[in-house]
This record gives sequence, structure tokens and C-alpha cells, in this order.
Amino acid sequence: MSSKVKKSTTTDQGSELVALYKEMLYYRRFEERVLVAYTNQKFSGFCHVHIGQEALCVGVQKCLRPSDYMISGYRSHTQAIAKGIPGNQVFAELFGKVTGCSRGKGGSMHMFSKEHRFLGGHGIVGGQAPLATGAAFRIKYHKEDDVVVCYMGDAAMNQGQVYEVMNMAATWDLPVLFIVENNQYGMGTDIRRTTSVDHLYKRALAFDMDHSMVDAMDVEVVIQHVDKIVKKMRKDKKPYLLEAKCYRYKGHSVSDPQNYRTKEEVAEWLKKDPILVLGEKLKAQNLATEEVLETWDDEIKTRVRQDEKFADESPNPDLSEAWMHVYLD
Amino acid sequence: MAILTFREALGQAMYEEMDRDPSVFLMGEEVAEYNGAYKVSKGLLEKFGPERVIDSPISEAGFAGLGVGAAMTGLRPIIEMMTWNFGIQGFDQIINHAAKMLYMSGGQFPIPMVIRGPNGAAHMLSSQHSQSVDPFLTNVPGLKVVCPATPADGKGLLKAAIRDNNPVCFLESEMMYGMKGEVPDGEFIIPLGVGEIKKTGKDVTIITWGKIYHKVVKAVEQIEKELGLSVEILDPRTLLPLDENLIFQSVRKTHRVVIVEEAWGFASVGAQISDRIHKECFDDLDAPVERVSTDFVPIPYNEALEHEVLPNEDKIIKAVRRVIYAD
Repeated sequence: MSSKVKKSTTTDQGSELVALYKEMLYYRRFEERVLVAYTNQKFSGFCHVHIGQEALCVGVQKCLRPSDYMISGYRSHTQAIAKGIPGNQVFAELFGKVTGCSRGKGGSMHMFSKEHRFLGGHGIVGGQAPLATGAAFRIKYHKEDDVVVCYMGDAAMNQGQVYEVMNMAATWDLPVLFIVENNQYGMGTDIRRTTSVDHLYKRALAFDMDHSMVDAMDVEVVIQHVDKIVKKMRKDKKPYLLEAKCYRYKGHSVSDPQNYRTKEEVAEWLKKDPILVLGEKLKAQNLATEEVLETWDDEIKTRVRQDEKFADESPNPDLSEAWMHVYLD
Repeated sequence: MAILTFREALGQAMYEEMDRDPSVFLMGEEVAEYNGAYKVSKGLLEKFGPERVIDSPISEAGFAGLGVGAAMTGLRPIIEMMTWNFGIQGFDQIINHAAKMLYMSGGQFPIPMVIRGPNGAAHMLSSQHSQSVDPFLTNVPGLKVVCPATPADGKGLLKAAIRDNNPVCFLESEMMYGMKGEVPDGEFIIPLGVGEIKKTGKDVTIITWGKIYHKVVKAVEQIEKELGLSVEILDPRTLLPLDENLIFQSVRKTHRVVIVEEAWGFASVGAQISDRIHKECFDDLDAPVERVSTDFVPIPYNEALEHEVLPNEDKIIKAVRRVIYAD
């Protein structure tokens, strides 16, 4: 995966767009397959999918390098893959298999990879913000120029500890890019019913912290916007609050009946589907035809089925694993 | 061997470990420029600089979690809580994050971190500043919990805690910081999970830890004089993991046990030790295990009331009399 947007030639630009499209489509098909597996009771527990929010995940990753850290909340299957964890290990983790990226002991909410510097999906809303700030402290301690991407949902912006560490990050110049994925609903509660400000990025004003908002339904916009932020952060080491406006097309979790929003609202947002929009663009620029898009889709579906097959065929952890990793000698 | 106060012994442990390992840093309220609310970190800023000795804002959840994140990425934080009562603000990070990170990541992310500060009642600080958090913490797998009673133990255990690869909760006491004792110079490590017989005896075992140990010592002097008993004092020093074998050995020798702890007794470490003794040493016991703990009320402010509800020498002596059927 390239670490920055290439602008040298039309061909490069075209192939970059195709790659972005394919990656977003992979995450879409991956999560759809996850939902099917869950519905078929191949795994249990909580399951929060990212369908509709692919542009942000793909776009942000394009602005990072492997040594940058990333941390997220409980909706993080695709972010984990974007950071480098193979999709089949994420699928295996969902199935609780020992080949999963957390050896089957984390599940949907707790994807981890030390190798890829993915510091976890976390299940306590907002609890990942202090951890992200700690990773940024390490960066400062060792005088490195990496950054930490800390994904949070909009509802995490009402957790006290998030502000405790935003204050520390801003006071001490700790390079955390706090990204609020504002899909506008904290589970079933419209964010406007619980939050005093109309735009969440305004919360950064309290800490004199750099901030902005981005349309997270357009992957190209995300890349252009975030690339500038990350480049700036590598130099000035300061934290940043980015509000990413997006929408989840599915419920909060699999068991969510979605009575809190209208079908019309969902239909409006479906028109902005980042995959649909980019697909149309590829066709308009003669980078693909409808037939080509379908061929790619078939290839990607096959890839996802391979991921699932790996998970299916992997062994469960030995029962002795229940007592392992409680302490490290 | 030097005579040091408890605070000097803890400060020496941090000094030596920070000198030895550049990945160790100290963060907490007033630890740097003020030299520590209780002067435990005195001199560390001067020696190691503001990059490694950091004054935090009053944000316990935030800086406890910052410590966890720093530990996930290779540093070895010492997080000072001005008191463990404030540390309760950081329990989400300690319990939900520090204690579980190694496990739920399938072994990928150890948390080599010490969270330390005074625990339990000091003197007339009322309900929100006087709690003993030992049972809150010992109920959580993934944590280690240490509670030293002497300057030497403080140094040896803190050095071990800083070198440990797991989150270690280190429980001190405001009332002990000025206490003096012999402390070995330099490299002196007491392994976590190893208790000590502080005084050998043959008639009764008193199991105790932390600052209440000193009340036990005074009570035992009186008991031995008045009742002609020989009392053994056992200090587990680490509460999690617990040195159960040392406890069982002592019980099998004396056959009578009194457990003295400062926490509330309901579902406490003392309750757990009593359970383990009854399970493993049932036939060795000549009397039911006796327990002394804080009465099950918030700690009151008034001096007489506070004395009344906390474990005191009178309560300890009465418990020993009960366990030998003296009354």
C-alpha cells in the first residue's frame, strides 16, 4: 500500500482510484459476509460493522506509514485490516479461533496487532483516548516523528476522560490525531439530543487544539484533508481533532431495530455511498465499465470467502489458553 | 545498611530503577517541582529532568490511561496517585484496560506499569480520603497488588514492582512515610508474591500487612507480656499473588489464626485468606479463624469515632484472646 497520493501521471491517478475503490469494496463485502455469518450463528457476542464508513478508514490509512500507531473503539474490523492485519486473521478472531489476531480471546471488539502497531479495538467508550495519548507520549519520549490515530465514535465525545487527555496532549504537544467518526448516533440516541454543540470539532476550542471537519463519505477528500494534517503533525507534534461526518448504513449492532431514524434519512445518505460514488466516477473517467466493476466485485467476494474459509477451518484455542496471558513472567 | 524513612526508601527505589533503565518514568500530581505531595519523589526531577519526572494535571483517569498506553508501546511508567482514593478515578483504566490488555490481545501487549500511592486511613481525613482499596484491586485477575509494611520492604518490593512486566498496584500509607528502618543499600529486590514471617512464634499466627502491621506489633508486645503467649506475625507483603504456602505452614505450626486488615471485612483479602485456611488447614485448626477489620461504615471524621471503627490494638488483643479461648 502506498503511503501517499500519487499525482505524477493520469495513469497513476487512475490506478490509485481503482485501488481505493477495490479496498473500500473489500471492506464492504467483508462486513456483509460478517453479518451473514453472525445471522447464521457462526459466532456470537456483540458485532458492530462499519458499512457506510469505508471512505474514512481507507483514506486515513493512505496518509500513514507502518510505524504510526492506530487505536480504535469497538467498531474496528476494517480499521484493523487497513492497518495491516490480514483479513483472514480478523475473520478468525470473530470466530474465536486461535489463528485470530488476538488468539480468539478478544473477539469483534478487540482486534490487536503488535506487529502492525494496531493498539486494539476497545470496548469502553472513550477509554482508548488515554491509551492513544500514552502512545503519543512514547513518541515524544523517544523523539520520534510518528503519529497516533485515535478513532472514536461521536458518543465518545461525551466521556470525561477524553477531555482529560485532550488537555494533556495539547499542553505537552503529544501527536494524537483524534478522529471522531460522527455517524450521528450513539447507539440509538441522536447525538443532537445529548450534546450541546452543533459540531463536535468545537470541543477542541476548549484546549486551543487544532481542529477541522471533513466529509468522510468521499475517500479522495479524506486523503487530501488528512494528508495535510498528518504532515503538519509530524513537524509540530501537536494533537488534532478531526470530525469526520459519516453515516452507518446498518444498525449500531446486529440486534439494533433502528427505530430511531427514518427510512428517508437512510435513503438520502445511501445516495452518498462512497463506493457507489467512486464507482460512478471510475466509469465516467473510463477507468472501468459496469462489467469490470462486477468482475472486481466477484474477485473480492471470492477473497472474502477465502477469509471466512480460513476462519472456518482454523482450530479453536486449546482449553489451556483460558489460563494463559493473565500475567507475563 | 542505612537507616531510612519509608519515603526515602521508596524514593531510593525509584531513583535506582530510573538510573538503571531509561524507559522508566514517573508521572503524577506534584511529583516533580513540588518534590511529591509526601516528598517521596524528592530529588528525582533534579536528577532525571522534566522529560522523565512529569507533573500531571488532576486527571487520574487520564494519566492512569496515559501510563497504560505508554506501557503498551514500550515504556515502563510509574504512576503516582496522591492517594488511592483519587486513584479510584482511574479504576476504569486500571481494571478495564491495564489488567486485561495482555489477555485480550492474546499475549501481545504486556503492561509493565506501577501505580503507587498511599492507601487507607491517615488521621481525621473523613470518608473520601480514608479507604483501603486492597479488596477492590485483588478481585481483578491481571493485576498484582503489593502492600509493604517497612522501609526495607518498601524499597525491595518497589524495585521488583518496577521491573515486573505486569500492572502492579503499590499500596503505601501517609502514616508510614516518616517511619524509619534499616534498608539495604543498592541492589535489593524482594520478589513479588513472597511473604515474610516478621516474628516467629508458636501459639498464634497473626496475618497482617501494611501500616496495621505496626499496631499488631504493639498489641503483640502487650499480649505476650500479659498472657505469656508466643505470637507469630506473618506479613504476606504481596496480596496478589498471595503467598499461600507460607500461610499454611504457619497455621500448621500454631493452629490458631488472627487476620488483621485495614479494609472493610466483607469480601476482603482477609475473608479470602480465611477461606483458604479453612479449606487447606481445616484439621490443623484448634479454633475458628478470628478477623479484625474496619467496621462496615464510611470512615468518620471525629477522632474518637475514627479510632472506634478502625482496627486498633484493643480489638487485636481481644481477637487473640478469643482465638485462644482465654475469656
